[in-house]
Amino acid sequence: MRSRRALLVVPALVSLALATASCSGSTSDGPTAAASAPATVSGTIQFWHFFTDREADVIQSVVDDFEAANPGVKVVVKSGQDDQKMRQAISAGQPIDVGLSYSTDQVGPLCSSGDFTDLASFITRDKVDLTQIPPTVLGYTEYAGKRCTMPALADVYGLYYNKKMLADAGYTEPPKTLAELTDMAVKLTTFKEDGSIDTLGFMPLLGYYENAEAHWAPSADAQWLNDDGTSAISSSPGWTTLLNWQKDLIAKLGGYDKLAKFQAGLGEEFSAQNDFQTGRVAMNLDGEYRTAFIADQAKDLDYGTAPFPSAEGFENTYGGGYITGNIVGIGKGSTNPEAAWAFIKYLTTDTAAQVKLSNGLKNVPTMHDAITSPDLEVSPQFQTFLDIFENEHSSTTPPSGIGAEYQTIFGTHTAKWQQGDVDDLGAMLKTVDSEIDAAVKLQAGS
Amino acid sequence: MASAIRRRRTWTAFAFLAPSLLGMIIFFVFPLIMTVFYSFTAFDLSNPPRWNNFANWKFLFGGDPLIGQAALNTLWFVAILVPVRIAGAMLVAWALTRARRSSGALRTLYYLPALVPPVASTIAFVFLLNPATGPVNRLLAAVGIEGPGWFTDPSWSKPALVMLGLWVLGDIMVIFLAALLDVPTEQYEAAELDGANGLQRFRHITIPNMAPVLLFAAITGVIAALQYFTEPAVASSTAMGKSAVGAGTSTLLGWPDNSTLTYGQLLYSKAFGANLFGYASAMAVVLFVVAGIVTAVLLRRFSSFSPEVAS
Repeated sequence: MRSRRALLVVPALVSLALATASCSGSTSDGPTAAASAPATVSGTIQFWHFFTDREADVIQSVVDDFEAANPGVKVVVKSGQDDQKMRQAISAGQPIDVGLSYSTDQVGPLCSSGDFTDLASFITRDKVDLTQIPPTVLGYTEYAGKRCTMPALADVYGLYYNKKMLADAGYTEPPKTLAELTDMAVKLTTFKEDGSIDTLGFMPLLGYYENAEAHWAPSADAQWLNDDGTSAISSSPGWTTLLNWQKDLIAKLGGYDKLAKFQAGLGEEFSAQNDFQTGRVAMNLDGEYRTAFIADQAKDLDYGTAPFPSAEGFENTYGGGYITGNIVGIGKGSTNPEAAWAFIKYLTTDTAAQVKLSNGLKNVPTMHDAITSPDLEVSPQFQTFLDIFENEHSSTTPPSGIGAEYQTIFGTHTAKWQQGDVDDLGAMLKTVDSEIDAAVKLQAGS
Repeated sequence: MASAIRRRRTWTAFAFLAPSLLGMIIFFVFPLIMTVFYSFTAFDLSNPPRWNNFANWKFLFGGDPLIGQAALNTLWFVAILVPVRIAGAMLVAWALTRARRSSGALRTLYYLPALVPPVASTIAFVFLLNPATGPVNRLLAAVGIEGPGWFTDPSWSKPALVMLGLWVLGDIMVIFLAALLDVPTEQYEAAELDGANGLQRFRHITIPNMAPVLLFAAITGVIAALQYFTEPAVASSTAMGKSAVGAGTSTLLGWPDNSTLTYGQLLYSKAFGANLFGYASAMAVVLFVVAGIVTAVLLRRFSSFSPEVAS
């Protein structure tokens, strides 16, 4: 009798699961714009972002400005919320009106899942001038033709170099090609009596601070994905060029083990012990935000910035670099989408707000008018990143339905490559392709 | 009449059990059923799940290039970390029962590290074991030994985590200590009179008397090891010099060379990094089944050590 009851209970529970599953989530496309823009906006909006401490204060100051300009709106700010928490909250139906994410890697999942609503109707209705924003940035804020986010601020990557160390070695200019970078890195590297590295010209190991495949890619115009979302890595010659350059430099600097040992003693990236700030490395790839850390933690450091060098055969791309940034969108459960859109428009298209955010956070504004604004505080080192940002050869990691998984997969293979565990680079890149394509296929539900 | 009383008693028991049963159904049974269901679908957390023809399961058992390494790393922690922690805690607890002076202070001293939050203790350990600037390798160098790379070397990162696990063994040590102090001394005296040596007394008196707490430590230890996440995640990001607030985590897990990538970390990375919630559900189902099997095996094995069976 009991077993018969159990037999009845199991299908009942499965039916309950199916019924609940079909009710979960939302098939709605989320809020859309009213036919005409309201003269004034009012009500309360919930704004989630990831910033904390000093940076959260900068965001709050811009929120205060928005509230002052829109007296009927109250912005409830939830700071320190990472992407995972935000996505869980949105999918659980929480009415998050505005969400600000740190990762462009999340644009694919946010757009394809519908967690962030399509902003097209708002943008069209209000005739927002998207030509103010570079095509690369427009590219990383939409997915499969759906613009569900706007760029709030950008991170731009380039080369930092220690002027004194370069001058002591007889250099007056930073390298412009990877071949020059190799020569200078070797000459600038010094060794201790026991043969270990004392100071390093340039660290070629991926995983060291901001050394990442994505950040190197623009130097050789290396491509990640095809238009259909599948991997383009093995068919993009830039990757072979970059990885062979890396292998050569590792060998010239004494081999992987020596560099790994040097890396093991690195100072924490965002502390005063950062290797570039302490003079442990002479040249380093980093983002524009490093200028703020140096101003705060290493005031006496005499340094310059430049675009990251280009690979042989890709010299015409010099001046470009890797761009990523913060993105902001309207949650699908927003109860006040017009006020939410007004706030997003203010954050992302108002010149004064962009300038204030950039001056406070030391990130690059995403609008051309803000970049050229006389109110923008620009040091010579920071100017380099504004130039890279607007350079036509700058590029980014394309949004994908699998988020940053394609970069993670590539990273597991390049880790073995740089250790010298891979003999056939071509075969490795083809394996990377097949693994990425399998993940893309799985995510697509096939 | 008797059956009416029995029925009333049953209903009373149910009434008292209802709150916890309700909690079990809402927070355990229902999520478990949903997880099994999602494991057969393509699911992105927001849109309705779509049946995907066992694709998650096929990928799990034949497509995921990292699952083998993550599973092996996790089994390594189950096979090494759990027994080492239990043996270490037993040794310390035994030593503390022998201490004649300052036993209270010593017990506190050995228990204190267990109170340190895992993130803080892991960061501290990474700094202590920093191969270039940490005091441990400096001490080793002072006696002519070249210290290993610890958290920065794929072959030493897991042993370094075991050392961390040993340092914070106070949680099980304190339970073992209580159990050791509870073993009736007359049993030892009788065994001594019968000529049993120290090892025999340990095998035939101490172990059977401690079987329940050993079983508890083994089961909770194995389950914790199967779900091991925080310490290796913090260790890899800190050793990379990237302990930043707000940074994405999925690209920092497993460093160096995926040597610390655990099953739980891969599951998290597939769900929140790769947007593969259906696949992550399949991984979670496997983890649940493995934990259940291991627990059942341990329960059977330990039953032979229980005082009733041993006597």
